[in-house]
Amino acid sequence: MALRIGIDAQGLSVGRLTPALTGPLALVVAVALVIGILPLVVSDIFILLQLTLFMAYGILAMSLGWVWGYGGIFSFGQAAFYGLGGYTYAVVSINMGGSTAALFAGVAVPALFALFLGYFMFYGRISTVYVAVITLVVSLIFYKFLGHTAGYEYTIGTAHLGGFNGMPALPPINTPGDPMRMIWPEDMFLITGICLLLVYVGLRLLMWSSFGRAVAAVRENEIRAELLGYDTRLYKMATFGVGGAVAGLAGVLYANWNSYVSPTVFDLGFSAQIIIWVVVGGLGTLVGPLVGAMILGFVTIELGTQQTVDVNLILGVILVLFVLAVPEGVTAQVRNLYARLVERVPGQGGA
Amino acid sequence: MDLAGIIAVQIGYTVASLALISAGLAVIFGMMRVINLAHGEFLMLGAYAVVVSTKAGINFWVSMLVIAPLFVGIVGVIVERFIVRFLYGRMMDTLIATWGLSLLFIGIITTIFGNATESVVSPLGSFEIGEFAESQYRLFIIFIGVLVIGVIFAVLRYSRAGLIARGTMQNADMAAALGISPQRVYTITFGVGAALTGLAGAALAPVTGLLPTMGAAFIAKAFITVIGGGEAIVTGTSTASALFGTVNQVTTFLSTPVMGDVALLIAAVILLRLLPQGITGRFFRRWL
Repeated sequence: MALRIGIDAQGLSVGRLTPALTGPLALVVAVALVIGILPLVVSDIFILLQLTLFMAYGILAMSLGWVWGYGGIFSFGQAAFYGLGGYTYAVVSINMGGSTAALFAGVAVPALFALFLGYFMFYGRISTVYVAVITLVVSLIFYKFLGHTAGYEYTIGTAHLGGFNGMPALPPINTPGDPMRMIWPEDMFLITGICLLLVYVGLRLLMWSSFGRAVAAVRENEIRAELLGYDTRLYKMATFGVGGAVAGLAGVLYANWNSYVSPTVFDLGFSAQIIIWVVVGGLGTLVGPLVGAMILGFVTIELGTQQTVDVNLILGVILVLFVLAVPEGVTAQVRNLYARLVERVPGQGGA
Repeated sequence: MDLAGIIAVQIGYTVASLALISAGLAVIFGMMRVINLAHGEFLMLGAYAVVVSTKAGINFWVSMLVIAPLFVGIVGVIVERFIVRFLYGRMMDTLIATWGLSLLFIGIITTIFGNATESVVSPLGSFEIGEFAESQYRLFIIFIGVLVIGVIFAVLRYSRAGLIARGTMQNADMAAALGISPQRVYTITFGVGAALTGLAGAALAPVTGLLPTMGAAFIAKAFITVIGGGEAIVTGTSTASALFGTVNQVTTFLSTPVMGDVALLIAAVILLRLLPQGITGRFFRRWL
């Protein structure tokens, strides 16, 4: 697909401070500044809470941006890893009291599950479309199963899964070494923001590494990559595993934000939203999904406050229009516009 | 003995309803390779068409067998004309666009009818096998499931329209060279698939609660049935329905309906791992 041009060219220019490197660097610095300053300036806790949620969504969107946009694996079940992360965090934190171990478990379990599912799918050489359907089916299995766990026989340690009522009153993450210190919403905002930056930088570096370039090669032409000696099955499995870990982290942060998880995290509608974020933001970029998640998270909430039109109706229209009219997404449009403007300025063109 | 009889009826019912909800998708996905994620919403529209027309005083059978398929078929033609047509060959884009469409339909129906359960009363009574009572409507579903599969087979195999459709799917350029408009064939095929889906939704309306979001309950089942069936749409869909329906109903009988659904989904994942091309990718290869 034509959407994916541009990533590889960036990968070739590591080492020098080329535009390809300054862009992401400037972005990281700017976002870091915003995240650092915002809690000091904004006194309205509600806005901070809202932004915390959007940043967790942003991490989730980046996980799909990585798996789908960069790895070329269309996963319909990113919500499955997200939900699994949230549930793992819930079970471990209830059993151990709030602790950082729960955070690591909440990343590790979805990652392992993604590797397992990836092994199952890619070593079975299941084609792209069927991968989409299997991932969709898997998140549906989770949804049905966890909705079914209201009985008290579904208890892990001291944690009761609770069926559709979900698991309330989860203990929050705490400071390692100082478990009594309270985590305020401002702290949660900072933690989520730092995670967001780390994920962005981590995925960016991964794309620039030799592993990342092999992943791009597998995406562009699987047979050619295989003939060059790469085990494409292994690369796809690893790509999927990384995506699972990132989605799991997003799930942990969400569970912390909400101090509650329920089977709705596995809902098909939610899986679809993640895809919408990526499509609207721009497939094949890393910032795109982030931007898409922020914009649409905001739009969804704003739309939810009015009663005249159903939210689904508007989301549906947005999605159809974007696929038909703007298949490259918002970021590519902005980038093209910027490139055109720069060319117009005398002296700077042709650099 | 009575118990065996009643279980047989229930298994037959589950198999038939799986085949019914998958038949339209088998035509659209199996023949045209278009992933229609609005399939569940086509079912939902069929069901709502029955509600509206029976409330308007039209006979239940007429609304189910005529009005619902006609209405959803027209919706299908419109969708093909204005959205799907531009996306042939772009499988992933079709998938996303039709997902958007499904949200759109849910939104429209929610706006009109509200997020409340509607219902249609089944017009048939019940019958008894020994000491067990069972609804006659289940027998009707079995009947109509067999009928739909049979008609699809007969049309594709013996009629000129079926021959043209199969030929166009196999080689659109050659069909065009022989004076057939592939565009028209695609539109009609999509419309027929939608109409079959509408009929399925209408037939299942009395046995399910009607909600704007009811489509989600069917979409995954329909897809794994069609994909599990593989290339040959009639044989594939019927064998996959038989397999998954039996797994579902037996597990339901041994445990709970939810576990039955979970077992069905797990069976599908395992089947696809063992037979990535579906059942007819390995067996019955030359069948239709």
